[in-house]
Amino acid sequence: MGDYLAVEVSNVSKSFRIYSEQNKSLKATVLRRNRGRFEEFWALKDVSLNVRQGTTFGLLGNNGSGKSTLLKCIARILEPNQGAITRHGRMAAMLEVGSGFHPELSGRENIYLNSAILGMTRSEIERKFDSIVDFAGEAVARSIDQPVKNYSSGMYVRLGFSVSIHVEPDILLVDEVLAVGDMSFQEKCMDKFAELKRDGRTVIVVSHGLEQMRTFCDDAAWLDSGRIVGVGPVNDVINNYFEDEHHARPARGGGMRFGSGEVLIDWFELIPPDGREPSVLRSGEPLTIRMHYTAKERIEDPSFIVSIEQIEGQTMWAQHTKEADFLPADIVPGPGSIDVVIPRLALRPGTFHVSGSVHSRDGGVLDALARSVKFNVIDGAIREAGGIVALGSHWENLEPPRQMRTVAELEVENEAVRLERVRVHEESNAALDHRS
Amino acid sequence: MTLLSSSRAALRSVLLRNQTTNLLINLTLREVRSQYKRTALGRIWSLVNPLANIATFSVIFGLLFGGKVDPGSKSGITSFALFIACGIIPWGFISNGVIAGMGALAGNSGLLTKVYFPRHVLVTSTVLSLATTFLTELAMLIAVMGVAGGPRVILYIPVLLVVVLINVFFVLGLGLVLSVLVVYFRDIQHIWTLFNQIWFYASGIVFPIATIRTAQDHLAQIGWGWVPLLGVFEANPAHQFISAYRRLLFDFDLPSPGTWGGMLLAAVISMAVGVLVYRRFQARIVEEV
Repeated sequence: MGDYLAVEVSNVSKSFRIYSEQNKSLKATVLRRNRGRFEEFWALKDVSLNVRQGTTFGLLGNNGSGKSTLLKCIARILEPNQGAITRHGRMAAMLEVGSGFHPELSGRENIYLNSAILGMTRSEIERKFDSIVDFAGEAVARSIDQPVKNYSSGMYVRLGFSVSIHVEPDILLVDEVLAVGDMSFQEKCMDKFAELKRDGRTVIVVSHGLEQMRTFCDDAAWLDSGRIVGVGPVNDVINNYFEDEHHARPARGGGMRFGSGEVLIDWFELIPPDGREPSVLRSGEPLTIRMHYTAKERIEDPSFIVSIEQIEGQTMWAQHTKEADFLPADIVPGPGSIDVVIPRLALRPGTFHVSGSVHSRDGGVLDALARSVKFNVIDGAIREAGGIVALGSHWENLEPPRQMRTVAELEVENEAVRLERVRVHEESNAALDHRS
Repeated sequence: MTLLSSSRAALRSVLLRNQTTNLLINLTLREVRSQYKRTALGRIWSLVNPLANIATFSVIFGLLFGGKVDPGSKSGITSFALFIACGIIPWGFISNGVIAGMGALAGNSGLLTKVYFPRHVLVTSTVLSLATTFLTELAMLIAVMGVAGGPRVILYIPVLLVVVLINVFFVLGLGLVLSVLVVYFRDIQHIWTLFNQIWFYASGIVFPIATIRTAQDHLAQIGWGWVPLLGVFEANPAHQFISAYRRLLFDFDLPSPGTWGGMLLAAVISMAVGVLVYRRFQARIVEEV
């Protein structure tokens, strides 16, 4: 079978004319016999990528890297100079929600209008109308017959977003619009995206929020100056992007390093309570992380951060000396170390990385060492059923109260039941043998 | 398999056309509804404007300059004001339609750069919304002409609708060409306002064509016969349309075959150039707008 593709971008190039002086008037054009001087600017150069059906695909890169241009090409808003883009299925773009709203028209009229712009048919709009209003929230529902110019900006955006998401396209293109509305609305949006994904629809998103992208996307492409630098699983691409952005370089002894270099973090020492081999730690026991550094010069008012990340990249915990009000006036040239003490390692079994950084007074990164030490957590004092964090929870207060039993009792009983079953089975076999 | 995929392709294209039609209807409604929203008189405004024009031009050209018009051939109407009305209402559609259509792309840059849809829809819906206004104005005009010249005018309504249809195509084609040009050269809008003034007088809206014939004869007498005054009028598509409307509404008669030919030719050329220019430049509109 293989993967079905939702979008195929093959060898797409797109250029813009950057006018140094542009004549937007016929008069000037006739007088000067040209439309102004311009340079050809290639926003996309020979870009090829495939987006698998049912996945969420992220486009990342710095400003001007061409990611938005690529999105607009996929959305058919811009036409590439070279190459081809094939789209399989109905597509809707959410580049700016509510961009087709007419301020004088009511919310109701605008829903019909905007839905039509996004390619819905009349019967479809009628079917989804209530759901659209419902999704936009109570405030919008109350003033659905008011002109939208009276709406608050939040209501405006919510209604626009609601219309866009109800197109229920096979392919949805999203440009930085996830940060709309209040928390509860954002949550609703994320739920809706998850629903789209469950239904096997494809989402292509441009975003600056790397962490959001990590949780949200399956695959990603990284663009730089109009070219694809990397494409693949989202974590790989984001890690590469992040490292490149910070001019990170592989550190001796593993991990990635970046920073201006007045201080170098040598290594992280994990100190379990009982002097055990530190690569295996127990859930719920204390842990001290000692960051060893070497300062090349005296640093005034430095601050330190230590963090633990899940192997997939999600930050589990971080501690900053500023938050903890532990602020040395300076550190002197030469080697040194600083400890962060964790009284109870509240992590469930899994593999984790330690990262840390040293900052100058104004927050500049003197040195950051990411993912240099790996450690495993196994079950320990805390035993819990699942998840990533170990909260040290327990059960109590069954109402109405009943007699409580222990796992050991239950196991003894289960064993008895098993033996009884075996006995019955054997007996019936013996009876059969006897008869034959 | 090929049958399945080809029928699917057919379904898709039908759906697409359906979507475009729906969008067209919705955008047209948007224009119509928003036009006079939140104004004290609402839709009545769309009638006030032509009425004011009719009054002004009747006073100036009828009363002050003593404009006279031959009685309508089958209606017998002699009112100069009604003669003006039969010209100025269609002219309002032609002139406003072209001007509004011309700005439809440049004025909707926000929409063009954010969503994909067939770009011509913006021009088409603008022209169609003005055509709707035009039809309501025509309905009022027919009522007035019926009172003045008898109920016979009703017989000409079907022919009138055909003329309106041809006229819409003429305006749409011109609007398409100009809307694309305006994206590249903004000052065309200003140039056009100037041209529109001249076009108005060159379409014979406020005086009968007989006035032009007299003037042409006069020119010939003083040796300026080479000035193609009458020729300009005859070659002017707007004049062809206006004379068709006048034949129907003022004379209660059918337009001449020459007028029909002129209108059709104007509409076909206008649409052909419009579609050609639009096709050629539509991909780049978004970048230039």
